[in-house]
Amino acid sequence: MHETDMTKALILTIKDWAESQPQPSQIEKVHLVVGKFTCVEPVSLQFAFEVQTRNTFLEGVELVIKDIPLIAFCHGCQEEYRPEIGLQYSCPDCHSPMEDIRSGRELKIDHIEYSIKNVGAVREPPLLTNN
Amino acid sequence: MHQTFDAAIELNLLHANQDGANHNRDRFDRWGITCLNIMSSPGAGKTVLLEKTLAALQDKLSMAVIEGDMTTELDADRLRQYNVPVIPINTGRSCHLDSKMVAGGIHTLEHQCNPETIDLVLVENVGNLVCPAEFEVGEHAKVALLSVTEGEDKPLKYPVMFQEADCLLITKIDLAPYLDIDIERIISNVRQMNPNVAIFTVSAKTEVGLDLWFNWLLNQVNK
Repeated sequence: MHETDMTKALILTIKDWAESQPQPSQIEKVHLVVGKFTCVEPVSLQFAFEVQTRNTFLEGVELVIKDIPLIAFCHGCQEEYRPEIGLQYSCPDCHSPMEDIRSGRELKIDHIEYSIKNVGAVREPPLLTNN
Repeated sequence: MHQTFDAAIELNLLHANQDGANHNRDRFDRWGITCLNIMSSPGAGKTVLLEKTLAALQDKLSMAVIEGDMTTELDADRLRQYNVPVIPINTGRSCHLDSKMVAGGIHTLEHQCNPETIDLVLVENVGNLVCPAEFEVGEHAKVALLSVTEGEDKPLKYPVMFQEADCLLITKIDLAPYLDIDIERIISNVRQMNPNVAIFTVSAKTEVGLDLWFNWLLNQVNK
């Protein structure tokens, strides 16, 4: 269950981001990009995120995971191909080994969707001082 | 009014572990230490390989071991007989070593000996073919073991580990005559995804093939 550790790291990163914001923000969605050629199981990550964010400022935040396929480039054929994970990694045409992975190793916190908390309250003080 | 904003983060999920691994590697580099991360499934023969390695190379290299074990010090006790610093790290319920745990091990090592006198640190990871492959600890090279009893298909099923390895030891080959195992098939399955990996077929019991592994190790240290 290394997804548990990864989720801890994810929550810390989001917390750091939230604390660095000039205005208190309400996080709505966290978008991850996870390649198929990693040791990460999206379902486990979703589960760990849900459990670890209970009763925290991230409770109810949606974790959106984008799956990225494994794509390799065969230099002999000058073509991309999709290796079949668990079965065959070499080029299906010329059988050259998989040497150049173009995608599938991603493990990225891509972006965060958020709204600003109490927009009215934040805007009011300058108006009051102007008056 | 409800307005949603987007903030690009673009950070690796494991960036904290990666930063820690880079920090560990910098420390090893400053001391002139080569560090190897040794990984396999449970029972593939990591500890006995280390025993043979410590015994064979103790006149040539000054070595230390950082020993990851989920709950016990059984492996560490076996290795202490070879009069090298052995730093046990109990990972608790975690299924892999991470760079923070190894940083703790390095800290302990510094208090046990002068790290500048050490040539090689062997990190024995927790037995597991999945998680350790994603968590760098500060190593200069990754060594994977696969015993002949595990079957030819394991590299296909656990590809990240075998794709990342710089060296693969196919272990327990003394058992091959008693098994329906095709060693060439193991090798071709690994080479499909990692054509440049150094592969040695060894038996720690009969010591066949170990000299090639020792040479590879010495070359890593002298790099």
